[in-house]
Amino acid sequence: MTTTDEHVEAALQRYGHRADVLLQILVELQARVGWLPSALITRVAHALGLPRARVEGVAGFYSFLHLAPVGRYRVLFSDNIVDQMLGSRALMAQLCDTLWLSPGRVSEDGLVSVDTTSCTGMGDQGPAMLVNGQAIARLDPARVNEICELIRAQRPLDAWPAHYFAIDDNIRRRDALLGSAFVPGDALRAAIALGREGWLAQMQASNLRGRGGAGFTTAVKWQACRDAPGAQKVVVCNADEGEPGTFKDRVLLTRCAHQVIEGMTLAAWAVGAQQGLIYLRGEYCYLRASLEAVLAQRRRAGWLGAGIGGVAGFDFDVEIHLGAGAYVCGEESALLESLEGKRGTPRIRPPFPVTHGYLGRPTVVNNVETLAKCCLIAQHGGPAFAATGTAQSAGTKLLSISGDCARPGVYEYPFGVSIRQVLDDCGAREVQAVQVGGASGVTVAPYEFGRKIAFEDVPTAGAFMVFDATRDIFEVARNFVHFFAHESCGFCTPCRVGTALLRNTLDKLAKGNGSAADLTEIEDLDRLLKQTSHCGLGSSAPNPVIDGLQKFRPAYERHLRNRDFVPAFDLDGALARARQMTGRDDPGAHLDNATEAER
Amino acid sequence: MTEPRKIRLATVSLAGCFGCHMSLLDIDDHLFELAGKVAFDRSPLTDIKRCGPCDIGLIEGGVCNAENVHVLRAFRANCHTLVALGACAVNGGLPAQRNHLDLGRCLTAVFQSRPGMDTGAVPDDPELPLPLDQVHPIHEVVHVDYFLPGCPPSGEAIWAFVSDLLAGRTPRVAHPLLHFD
Repeated sequence: MTTTDEHVEAALQRYGHRADVLLQILVELQARVGWLPSALITRVAHALGLPRARVEGVAGFYSFLHLAPVGRYRVLFSDNIVDQMLGSRALMAQLCDTLWLSPGRVSEDGLVSVDTTSCTGMGDQGPAMLVNGQAIARLDPARVNEICELIRAQRPLDAWPAHYFAIDDNIRRRDALLGSAFVPGDALRAAIALGREGWLAQMQASNLRGRGGAGFTTAVKWQACRDAPGAQKVVVCNADEGEPGTFKDRVLLTRCAHQVIEGMTLAAWAVGAQQGLIYLRGEYCYLRASLEAVLAQRRRAGWLGAGIGGVAGFDFDVEIHLGAGAYVCGEESALLESLEGKRGTPRIRPPFPVTHGYLGRPTVVNNVETLAKCCLIAQHGGPAFAATGTAQSAGTKLLSISGDCARPGVYEYPFGVSIRQVLDDCGAREVQAVQVGGASGVTVAPYEFGRKIAFEDVPTAGAFMVFDATRDIFEVARNFVHFFAHESCGFCTPCRVGTALLRNTLDKLAKGNGSAADLTEIEDLDRLLKQTSHCGLGSSAPNPVIDGLQKFRPAYERHLRNRDFVPAFDLDGALARARQMTGRDDPGAHLDNATEAER
Repeated sequence: MTEPRKIRLATVSLAGCFGCHMSLLDIDDHLFELAGKVAFDRSPLTDIKRCGPCDIGLIEGGVCNAENVHVLRAFRANCHTLVALGACAVNGGLPAQRNHLDLGRCLTAVFQSRPGMDTGAVPDDPELPLPLDQVHPIHEVVHVDYFLPGCPPSGEAIWAFVSDLLAGRTPRVAHPLLHFD
């Protein structure tokens, strides 16, 4: 038996040879072997009784799974605009130069590879990187040099200085959730005392809406799941916090893990679920151990397991699934596909997850923050919760603030706070724009700073990126469009092709080859993506560009050359090979790159 | 009563096979109607060598060499409305299959390595247009107003499209006339 076979056997054993946890098996094998060789894929497929193409298809879908060898040290720089503003690109160039590497390539000795990855959720303490999946924040030239030395010396990752891996919480403003002390079990005890019906009634009275961005009323979702036919029900915690610029769920999972898991248990109490799943984004895998510890603690205390709180038949437990670098899995139906060990392709809805979710069972999918808020409702009652915030947005909202401000971090505000107030509190000056809600959100211009954070005005899943007067808003949007083109799942043509075309057109402008015709092309693509994409990724991909063209049009026009049309490529350069082959250099062997007025 | 001004129409085949032009002739009886409404400028049908001021230009084929670039730019400069007609103009089509090959190796294979060509050389006559390293769809070189895909688009599709243009309607070729093969 070869070592690879032993690894495969161990991973299969751990997951009980179940095809529906294929992704978890591959994540574990990736961690053990470093990449997923062809023979390994074949063996996994054979052992699970799956077509080989299915296994390779899953492995090929996720950014953190590799079908070709990568460096033994795999360094990924977070490439969100906020990391770039903090100097990530220069640090990556420094690392590559020192190690004699080019980005995206594996060093000849197979020791190291360096590349970029989508936002790693460290916007308040960037620039950040992942080394073999482990997050390192607050990079600077000195630390990058130290990292070079550690890699050259082939020091194992667990022998690197521990303070590299320390992640700060940076909680700057506390309100109802972050400001209250929580005794594990308190909320659950109160909800059990109310009975399942009484507890759901409190949830209804609270008007709690989903904090993941869509703002669907949580009690309606729970009730639909409870009433759906099927004895086995599931509660899923969506901890796939992939929206660029968002990191509040990371802080909640670090500081308030009990509330989050208790929130899941509260949901299980209301809907009658037995199974709980946390889908933790791969970038946060360092949180897994502490979350497992909280789960174990809660099992010992009788808050998870059989007969929770002494109620016969209230059986519920939670397991953690890891994501592997796919933004689209934050969409709930793609997340369910991923939990079932498939590619993260969003499902066609209806049916909705509340009736046909995980493995076809009625499933509640809630955001981390939503679940944590449920504890407040159980402790203090639905009406008290409904009395805070605004008319249509009850309670508080956690904002992840990053970018050009003195005090980046997590801020908890009652809904209804004005953007201007938030900017004042975080110490932002000469603000040109704020991107609220992440790449897919809204670009807010100064004349709108009186608008309020609330579902009825500026809704947000939590990202709040600040750009001062020195930033080019066109470049901000271009970064986001690159992100969407990279993260498109490839299932539907409008998104797969449309995001790539939009990216190429913005790149053309960035290179100085833009013309008025390209702005028309951009607007056509925006419309196409909005109207014809299969899911929210494609339909929100053009948002930063739509807002940019409306509110910051000169930032785009600045990149236009004053001509009807300019090709994106070098026409004269395209003749170079033919000139070389023929030895010609006469005027006919050249093309004017500018348009000719040939009449 | 003066007759309405005839619409001036120019057509050309760049890196194409003239299949789209053959399809244009396939509009059969409508040719008489077309001839009544348009005057042809540069076109294989007239043998006029340079495009003059026109209302509509129909371009078949992609852009594979320097001459294609000059001709295409002249069409753009002279035509109010420029149409990419057929698969090659829209996407590069069959000629673009060389895009993944190195041009130098293509030239060597054609002019030097073939049996009987062992003493040959890559032609260097300045009369000959130099090939571009890749074949491009025409919209990557000039702005294009409308696209009519198909290899070739059927006579029926071309007629529906041109009728719309002549009548001043935004062309709308719908299923089943619209196809990409």
